[in-house]
Amino acid sequence: MTLWWIGNAVLLVVLVVVILLLSGVLKAARSIVPSVRTIADAASKGSKDLDATALLLTTQDQVRETVAVVANYGGSLDVILDDAEER
Amino acid sequence: MPAAGVVTIALIVLIVLALVVYLVSTILALQKITNGLDDVIKSVGEIVEKSGPVNAVVDDINTNLDAGVGLLEGLLVKKAGMGDALGLVDGLYPGAAEAGFRAFPESREITPPRIGEVYTRGTLTLARLGREAPIAMANPAGPVLRSIEYGSLNARLLYPEARQSRPERLDRSPVIGTDAPEQYEQREDIGRPRKRMRSA
Repeated sequence: MTLWWIGNAVLLVVLVVVILLLSGVLKAARSIVPSVRTIADAASKGSKDLDATALLLTTQDQVRETVAVVANYGGSLDVILDDAEER
Repeated sequence: MPAAGVVTIALIVLIVLALVVYLVSTILALQKITNGLDDVIKSVGEIVEKSGPVNAVVDDINTNLDAGVGLLEGLLVKKAGMGDALGLVDGLYPGAAEAGFRAFPESREITPPRIGEVYTRGTLTLARLGREAPIAMANPAGPVLRSIEYGSLNARLLYPEARQSRPERLDRSPVIGTDAPEQYEQREDIGRPRKRMRSA
Protein backbone atom coordinates (compact mmCIF):
# COMPACT_ATOMS: atom_id res chain seq x y z
CA MET A 1 0.00 0.00 0.00
CA THR A 2 2.81 2.35 0.81
CA LEU A 3 4.43 1.66 -2.56
CA TRP A 4 1.09 2.46 -4.23
CA TRP A 5 0.98 5.86 -2.59
CA ILE A 6 4.55 6.45 -3.59
CA GLY A 7 3.55 5.59 -7.14
CA ASN A 8 0.69 8.07 -6.91
CA ALA A 9 3.12 10.76 -5.80
CA VAL A 10 5.33 9.99 -8.77
CA LEU A 11 2.30 10.22 -11.05
CA LEU A 12 1.47 13.59 -9.56
CA VAL A 13 4.97 14.81 -10.29
CA VAL A 14 4.69 13.41 -13.82
CA LEU A 15 1.41 15.30 -14.30
CA VAL A 16 2.99 18.59 -13.26
CA VAL A 17 6.03 18.04 -15.49
CA VAL A 18 3.83 17.10 -18.46
CA ILE A 19 1.71 20.20 -18.01
CA LEU A 20 4.77 22.44 -17.77
CA LEU A 21 6.42 20.96 -20.86
CA LEU A 22 3.28 20.98 -22.99
CA SER A 23 2.43 24.52 -21.99
CA GLY A 24 5.90 25.60 -23.07
CA VAL A 25 5.50 23.88 -26.44
CA LEU A 26 2.06 25.43 -26.94
CA LYS A 27 3.35 28.90 -26.02
CA ALA A 28 6.22 28.59 -28.49
CA ALA A 29 3.93 27.34 -31.27
CA ARG A 30 1.47 30.18 -30.71
CA SER A 31 4.27 32.76 -30.75
CA ILE A 32 5.25 31.62 -34.25
CA VAL A 33 1.82 32.27 -35.74
CA PRO A 34 1.95 36.11 -35.79
CA SER A 35 5.50 36.03 -37.14
CA VAL A 36 4.44 33.77 -39.99
CA ARG A 37 1.51 36.07 -40.75
CA THR A 38 3.84 39.06 -40.82
CA ILE A 39 6.19 37.26 -43.20
CA ALA A 40 3.28 36.26 -45.42
CA ASP A 41 2.06 39.86 -45.59
CA ALA A 42 5.55 41.13 -46.40
CA ALA A 43 6.03 38.54 -49.12
CA SER A 44 2.64 39.40 -50.59
CA LYS A 45 3.49 43.13 -50.64
CA GLY A 46 6.89 42.36 -52.13
CA SER A 47 5.26 40.36 -54.86
CA LYS A 48 2.90 43.26 -55.64
CA ASP A 49 5.82 45.69 -55.71
CA LEU A 50 7.44 43.60 -58.39
CA ASP A 51 4.42 43.98 -60.66
CA ALA A 52 6.19 47.01 -62.15
CA THR A 53 9.16 44.96 -63.31
CA ALA A 54 7.35 44.39 -66.59
CA LEU A 55 7.89 48.08 -67.28
CA LEU A 56 11.62 47.40 -67.40
CA LEU A 57 11.05 46.05 -70.89
CA THR A 58 9.68 49.45 -71.89
CA THR A 59 12.65 51.12 -70.23
CA GLN A 60 14.96 48.81 -72.12
CA ASP A 61 13.44 49.80 -75.44
CA GLN A 62 13.48 53.49 -74.53
CA VAL A 63 17.13 53.34 -73.54
CA ARG A 64 18.04 51.66 -76.81
CA GLU A 65 16.19 54.32 -78.81
CA THR A 66 17.68 57.14 -76.74
CA VAL A 67 21.22 55.88 -77.15
CA ALA A 68 20.63 55.51 -80.87
CA VAL A 69 19.40 59.12 -81.09
CA VAL A 70 22.34 60.32 -79.00
CA ALA A 71 24.69 58.45 -81.32
CA ASN A 72 23.12 60.17 -84.32
CA TYR A 73 23.46 63.60 -82.67
CA GLY A 74 27.02 62.77 -81.69
CA GLY A 75 27.85 61.88 -85.26
CA SER A 76 26.41 65.14 -86.50
CA LEU A 77 28.25 67.15 -83.85
CA ASP A 78 31.43 65.35 -84.73
CA VAL A 79 31.06 66.65 -88.26
CA ILE A 80 29.95 70.18 -87.32
CA LEU A 81 32.40 71.03 -84.54
CA ASP A 82 36.13 71.23 -84.87
CA ASP A 83 38.27 68.94 -82.83
CA ALA A 84 40.21 70.40 -79.95
CA GLU A 85 43.53 69.54 -81.59
CA GLU A 86 42.63 71.42 -84.76
CA ARG A 87 41.94 74.70 -82.98
CA MET B 1 -11.32 -0.44 -4.37
CA PRO B 2 -8.81 1.11 -2.12
CA ALA B 3 -8.35 4.87 -2.04
CA ALA B 4 -4.89 4.61 -3.56
CA GLY B 5 -6.38 2.97 -6.64
CA VAL B 6 -8.91 5.75 -7.05
CA VAL B 7 -6.16 8.36 -6.78
CA THR B 8 -4.06 6.49 -9.34
CA ILE B 9 -6.90 6.33 -11.81
CA ALA B 10 -7.67 10.02 -11.27
CA LEU B 11 -4.05 10.99 -11.81
CA ILE B 12 -3.81 8.93 -15.01
CA VAL B 13 -7.00 10.53 -16.30
CA LEU B 14 -5.65 13.98 -15.51
CA ILE B 15 -2.39 13.21 -17.32
CA VAL B 16 -4.28 12.00 -20.37
CA LEU B 17 -6.53 15.04 -20.31
CA ALA B 18 -3.54 17.38 -20.07
CA LEU B 19 -1.90 15.60 -22.98
CA VAL B 20 -5.03 15.85 -25.08
CA VAL B 21 -5.72 19.51 -24.35
CA TYR B 22 -2.20 20.74 -24.88
CA LEU B 23 -1.44 18.56 -27.89
CA VAL B 24 -4.66 19.53 -29.63
CA SER B 25 -3.90 23.20 -29.01
CA THR B 26 -0.41 22.70 -30.35
CA ILE B 27 -1.76 20.95 -33.43
CA LEU B 28 -4.13 23.86 -34.11
CA ALA B 29 -1.28 26.35 -33.77
CA LEU B 30 0.88 24.31 -36.11
CA GLN B 31 -1.96 24.20 -38.65
CA LYS B 32 -2.11 27.99 -38.58
CA ILE B 33 1.64 28.10 -39.10
CA THR B 34 1.36 25.71 -42.03
CA ASN B 35 -1.34 27.83 -43.65
CA GLY B 36 0.77 30.95 -43.17
CA LEU B 37 3.81 29.28 -44.66
CA ASP B 38 1.73 28.22 -47.65
CA ASP B 39 0.93 31.87 -48.26
CA VAL B 40 4.59 32.76 -47.84
CA ILE B 41 5.67 30.11 -50.33
CA LYS B 42 3.08 31.30 -52.82
CA SER B 43 4.21 34.92 -52.58
CA VAL B 44 7.90 34.02 -52.66
CA GLY B 45 7.26 31.95 -55.76
CA GLU B 46 5.67 34.98 -57.39
CA ILE B 47 8.65 37.10 -56.39
CA VAL B 48 11.08 34.62 -57.90
CA GLU B 49 9.00 34.39 -61.06
CA LYS B 50 8.70 38.17 -61.47
CA SER B 51 12.31 38.99 -60.65
CA GLY B 52 13.75 36.26 -62.86
CA PRO B 53 14.24 38.28 -66.08
CA VAL B 54 15.24 41.46 -64.26
CA ASN B 55 18.96 40.74 -64.32
CA ALA B 56 19.12 40.26 -68.06
CA VAL B 57 17.03 43.37 -68.76
CA VAL B 58 19.01 45.55 -66.35
CA ASP B 59 22.29 44.26 -67.78
CA ASP B 60 21.11 45.17 -71.27
CA ILE B 61 20.04 48.65 -70.09
CA ASN B 62 23.40 49.18 -68.40
CA THR B 63 25.24 48.04 -71.51
CA ASN B 64 23.36 50.53 -73.66
CA LEU B 65 23.85 53.32 -71.14
CA ASP B 66 27.57 52.52 -70.91
CA ALA B 67 27.79 52.76 -74.67
CA GLY B 68 26.02 56.14 -74.58
CA VAL B 69 28.29 57.42 -71.81
CA GLY B 70 31.38 56.27 -73.69
CA LEU B 71 30.14 57.93 -76.84
CA LEU B 72 29.43 61.25 -75.16
CA GLU B 73 32.65 61.24 -73.17
CA GLY B 74 34.66 60.44 -76.28
CA LEU B 75 32.95 63.20 -78.24
CA LEU B 76 33.46 65.69 -75.41
CA VAL B 77 37.13 64.86 -75.05
CA LYS B 78 37.63 64.97 -78.81
CA LYS B 79 35.97 68.34 -79.23
CA ALA B 80 36.93 70.16 -76.04
CA GLY B 81 40.17 68.48 -75.11
CA MET B 82 40.76 66.44 -71.99
CA GLY B 83 41.35 69.37 -69.65
CA ASP B 84 38.40 71.49 -70.70
CA ALA B 85 36.14 68.46 -70.85
CA LEU B 86 37.03 67.62 -67.27
CA GLY B 87 36.54 71.22 -66.22
CA LEU B 88 33.15 71.36 -67.88
CA VAL B 89 32.00 68.15 -66.23
CA ASP B 90 33.35 69.29 -62.88
CA GLY B 91 31.63 72.64 -63.30
CA LEU B 92 28.29 70.98 -63.90
CA TYR B 93 28.73 68.26 -61.30
CA PRO B 94 31.22 69.40 -58.62
CA GLY B 95 33.58 66.63 -57.66
CA ALA B 96 32.81 64.50 -60.71
CA ALA B 97 36.25 65.15 -62.17
CA GLU B 98 37.83 63.05 -59.44
CA ALA B 99 36.19 59.95 -60.88
CA GLY B 100 37.42 60.90 -64.36
CA PHE B 101 36.08 59.52 -67.60
CA ARG B 102 35.49 55.79 -67.87
CA ALA B 103 37.21 55.35 -71.19
CA PHE B 104 40.11 57.62 -70.25
CA PRO B 105 41.78 56.37 -67.08
CA GLU B 106 44.45 59.06 -67.35
CA SER B 107 41.75 61.69 -66.78
CA ARG B 108 41.76 60.87 -63.06
CA GLU B 109 45.23 62.32 -62.71
CA ILE B 110 44.41 65.64 -64.37
CA THR B 111 43.48 68.65 -62.29
CA PRO B 112 40.38 70.09 -63.94
CA PRO B 113 40.40 73.79 -64.81
CA ARG B 114 37.79 75.95 -63.16
CA ILE B 115 35.05 76.50 -65.67
CA GLY B 116 32.08 78.35 -64.19
CA GLU B 117 28.48 77.61 -64.84
CA VAL B 118 26.42 80.19 -66.61
CA TYR B 119 24.56 82.42 -64.10
CA THR B 120 26.22 80.69 -61.19
CA ARG B 121 29.98 80.67 -60.96
CA GLY B 122 30.12 83.05 -63.89
CA THR B 123 28.06 85.45 -61.84
CA LEU B 124 30.63 85.27 -59.08
CA THR B 125 33.42 85.95 -61.50
CA LEU B 126 31.64 88.97 -62.92
CA ALA B 127 30.88 90.21 -59.44
CA ARG B 128 34.53 90.00 -58.52
CA LEU B 129 35.49 91.98 -61.57
CA GLY B 130 32.92 94.68 -60.94
CA ARG B 131 32.94 97.81 -58.78
CA GLU B 132 32.98 97.13 -55.04
CA ALA B 133 33.26 93.47 -55.77
CA PRO B 134 33.39 91.50 -52.55
CA ILE B 135 36.45 89.50 -53.41
CA ALA B 136 36.37 86.01 -51.92
CA MET B 137 33.05 86.77 -50.25
CA ALA B 138 31.52 83.76 -51.94
CA ASN B 139 33.19 80.54 -52.86
CA PRO B 140 32.76 79.02 -56.32
CA ALA B 141 32.73 75.63 -54.66
CA GLY B 142 29.62 76.61 -52.70
CA PRO B 143 26.01 75.93 -53.60
CA VAL B 144 24.60 77.05 -56.91
CA LEU B 145 23.37 80.63 -56.77
CA ARG B 146 20.93 80.39 -59.63
CA SER B 147 17.37 80.93 -58.60
CA ILE B 148 14.44 80.98 -60.96
CA GLU B 149 12.50 83.58 -58.99
CA TYR B 150 15.31 85.55 -57.39
CA GLY B 151 18.19 85.15 -59.82
CA SER B 152 19.04 88.83 -59.96
CA LEU B 153 18.69 89.22 -56.19
CA ASN B 154 21.25 86.48 -55.63
CA ALA B 155 23.71 88.30 -57.82
CA ARG B 156 22.99 91.64 -56.17
CA LEU B 157 23.47 90.19 -52.72
CA LEU B 158 27.11 89.68 -53.57
CA TYR B 159 27.55 93.44 -53.28
CA PRO B 160 27.46 95.48 -50.08
CA GLU B 161 24.01 95.57 -48.58
CA ALA B 162 23.61 99.35 -48.43
CA ARG B 163 24.13 99.93 -52.10
CA GLN B 164 21.92 97.24 -53.55
CA SER B 165 18.90 96.58 -51.40
CA ARG B 166 18.47 99.97 -49.67
CA PRO B 167 19.43 102.61 -52.21
CA GLU B 168 17.13 105.14 -50.59
CA ARG B 169 19.50 105.38 -47.64
CA LEU B 170 22.48 106.36 -49.74
CA ASP B 171 23.95 109.82 -49.41
CA ARG B 172 22.54 112.40 -51.75
CA SER B 173 24.47 113.19 -54.87
CA PRO B 174 26.72 116.25 -54.60
CA VAL B 175 25.11 119.53 -55.61
CA ILE B 176 26.89 121.43 -58.34
CA GLY B 177 26.41 124.87 -59.80
CA THR B 178 26.42 128.42 -58.54
CA ASP B 179 24.08 127.58 -55.65
CA ALA B 180 26.12 124.62 -54.53
CA PRO B 181 27.04 124.72 -50.83
CA GLU B 182 30.57 123.83 -51.72
CA GLN B 183 32.27 125.95 -54.36
CA TYR B 184 35.24 124.49 -56.09
CA GLU B 185 38.30 126.38 -57.28
CA GLN B 186 37.73 128.53 -60.36
CA ARG B 187 40.22 127.99 -63.11
CA GLU B 188 40.90 130.97 -65.35
CA ASP B 189 41.88 128.94 -68.35
CA ILE B 190 38.50 127.28 -68.62
CA GLY B 191 36.45 128.71 -71.48
CA ARG B 192 39.36 130.56 -73.04
CA PRO B 193 40.95 129.59 -76.37
CA ARG B 194 43.31 126.72 -76.16
CA LYS B 195 46.95 127.64 -76.03
CA ARG B 196 48.71 126.88 -79.22
CA MET B 197 52.21 125.62 -79.52
CA ARG B 198 54.54 127.91 -81.29
CA SER B 199 55.43 126.65 -84.70
CA ALA B 200 59.10 125.91 -85.12
